[in-house]
Formats: sequence, structure tokens, C-alpha cells
Amino acid sequence: MLFDARHLRWVDPNGMVALLLAGSLAGESSGTFPHIELPESQDVLGYLGRMGFHDRAHQVFEFDTPARRAGSRPSDVLLEITAIDTNHDVHEIVDRVQARAGAILTSKLGYPAASVIPFSVMLSEVCQNIIEHADGPGWVAAQAYNWAKRLGRFVIVISVMDRGRGFRGSLSDEHSARYGDRWSDSTALEAAFLHGLTRFADPGRGQGLQQIRKQVRKWSGLISVRSGTARISQVPEWDDSPPMVDGMAPLPGAQIGIILPATVQP
Amino acid sequence: MNAHAPDPIAIDVGEVLQRSVTSLYSSLVTRPTGRAVRMAIETQLQGAGTLSISLIDFSEVGIIDFSCADEVVAKLLQQYLADEARDAFFVFRGVREPHHSQVEGVLQRQDLAAVVEVAPEQFTLVGTFSDGEKRVWDRLELEGSVEAGAVERIAPGGDDEEALESLLSRGLAFRSPQSGRVHALSRLVAHLM
Repeated sequence: MLFDARHLRWVDPNGMVALLLAGSLAGESSGTFPHIELPESQDVLGYLGRMGFHDRAHQVFEFDTPARRAGSRPSDVLLEITAIDTNHDVHEIVDRVQARAGAILTSKLGYPAASVIPFSVMLSEVCQNIIEHADGPGWVAAQAYNWAKRLGRFVIVISVMDRGRGFRGSLSDEHSARYGDRWSDSTALEAAFLHGLTRFADPGRGQGLQQIRKQVRKWSGLISVRSGTARISQVPEWDDSPPMVDGMAPLPGAQIGIILPATVQP
Repeated sequence: MNAHAPDPIAIDVGEVLQRSVTSLYSSLVTRPTGRAVRMAIETQLQGAGTLSISLIDFSEVGIIDFSCADEVVAKLLQQYLADEARDAFFVFRGVREPHHSQVEGVLQRQDLAAVVEVAPEQFTLVGTFSDGEKRVWDRLELEGSVEAGAVERIAPGGDDEEALESLLSRGLAFRSPQSGRVHALSRLVAHLM
């Protein structure tokens, strides 16, 4: 199987992490690593390298490692693509992000200096979602962009994907009977995203996503969760995505996307 | 400290984190980390007998996430509130602004409340509580303690008396089994701060 990325002109954390997920599923079904043709654009290739794509992709794809460019600029990356398998990975991510996020959050997004803490907490919770609920490996990546045309502001894009059992799979044993015929990917997403249901009987569980939603709303951000054939979103005023989309192409596992925009100066 | 109250115990969560989980971790994040820290705190409290007052200090903790706050704060309180054999009271210190919403969130989710130091020598109730409980708690915090025969100073009416009993049963105030004197928890741990 060939993944042809030669003509790729731009890619964000969602695209990179989704490529890894697609490659890993293709490899699993065929029993061999699929081949990927990397982008011809040196800018895109260099960016993928700075985001750590090549390092992660070696565990998923077969490809020739591009030569590192001499004198390449220092990394401006908020969070390189990072595999999440254990709680130790979450600790490392939180430590790494704390050191880098402060400057980006204040200078590019205009958030107060103290926002690095809720940002790190949010990242911790979203990554733990993979370990606690997906029962499968996943990846996270984050970067800041100038969405000059789309929004006229800087944004931070966070993408988390896993190839676990998805929200419906995680909740089915405990909650599907209550929903009867209505049980589906979309009702499972509503149950977790809107009502904080989890497969655990412990009442302390299930608050991670709720608290992430609260923090994203506070920053006027967008959060969406896609799993199976459905996607649910908490949509801010600057975006017109529908809050629920059903009948999408099936996505094994789950994808959580967060977009945090810069504050608007009065 | 006080002849009718147990000697309080000080527990530095930052130090417990380093000792019980791994010295590489500087943040109180992930549920297993929180569980390990809570179990280390419980081990420390086992030697305290059937009545204890503890100052749980978060001053040296950089980040605490919701999962850890649930394990270290909410589950710790729940466990001792449900324990018929032991009475344990807690004051949480160093819950500064960056930690506040996590601690408040996990307490509110389970209708719990705790006495929390939010700034040096400034205590407040955090979590879920009634207006009456807050009113009586504020008066007690101001007084420090009141004699058994003078509780009307903090709980003058029937509703306030109920609120005081609720504070006592929820572990938010301490009544000496010997003298009946009612103490603000912050005063019982004051000499540890």
C-alpha cells in the first residue's frame, strides 16, 4: 500500500496525527508497513521533521529518511507528535509543554502568563483520555498558527487521536441498555461529552472532558470529538460547524481536536 | 497545642510526590500518580489513631490536574467521611489560584467541601455548601473557637444550629469530645504554618 504525500502543500497536527493513524491501521490489516512518499516541498518536509513526524512515522511507515538540512532553524514547535501509551508519557508531555507554552500563550494568543497551568492541565486530561478509555495507543501534537485569512488571529491547534475502541465501545457495556435502539456513535458521544458518563462506576470519573470543555469555552475555543461515524462539537461564535454530525466515514478510536484563538483586543 | 484536640499532622504533598511516585515527576498529574500520593498520605495517617487533624500542603506542587485532585482531595475526604471507626479532619494548604478550579471542581462534582488556605493565613470553604453552612463557618473562622455553652455566638437560630451540626458531620469544623468546645480547623493547624 502506498500513501502518496508528494504533493502535500500544508499540514497541521490533525493531518499529521491522522496520517499516522491511517498508516498504522493499514499496516495492521496488511501485515506490513505501508510505504509513504514524503512531500516534495522542502518547507513541508522540514516542518514535518520539526514536528517529529519522521521519528514517529518509522514505527508506522516504510520510507527513506530525508537528510537533515544543515543550519535548520531552531524548533518553534509547541508540542511535537508524541506517542501516548502510559501515564509516564503524560508526565513528560506536561513537563515539556510547561517549558514552551508560556511564551506562545502570552505573546501569540494574548493569554495571561498564568494560563500555562490550565493549558497544561487540559493537555494532561485530554491525553489521559486515551489511556483511561481508549485501551489503545495514540498520539498528540500541538502547534500555533497565524490564521490570518480564516480568523485574522493566531490560534493553537491541539490534536489527539487514538486507535482504541472508541467512545461507543468504551461505554457500551455500562450504558447501551439504557438507550436501547437509540444507542449509536452519536448517542455515545453525547453521553460522554455532554453528560460526563464513563464506563467506571466511580462518580469521580468522567469529569476530564467536562472540565476541558469548560476551559475551552472560557478561552472562546472550539473542541470537537470524532469517533465511529459521528462528531460532536462545542462551537464558539467565530465558527459555524454543526454541533453534531452523523453518518461520517467510520473512524476507529477517537479524535479530539481543540482550537484556541488569540484574545480579541477591545 | 490544645488539650482537647489531637495534635495536627503536617503532610507536604510535594515531598510525598517525590518520595512515593518518582523524583522525576514534578507535577501532580494522572490518576495513578494521584492514587499513589493518596495512599502514601493514608499510610502516614495510619499511625495517627482514631482522631486526627491533618494539614495537607500543596505549596510545593506546580500543577495538579483534575484526575489527581479527585484522587488526592475528593477521595481522601470521602474515605474518611465514610469511616465509622476513625474521625479525620483535613485542612488543605497552598491551594493557590492555579490549583483552585481543579480542587473546587472535584469537590463540587461529589457534593463535598473542604477548608482550604487560598492565600497566606486566608482560609475559605471550597466545594458544595449551603448559605447557612457558609455563614456559620465564617463566624467560627472569625471566633477561632467557642465554648460548648456559647455556640449561639456562631449559630444563634434553629437553621444555624442545623448548619453547625452539618459542618461538624462533614468534617468542616471540630467539636472536642471532652469539652464540647467547637474549633475552626484553621486554628488547630495554625502552629504548623
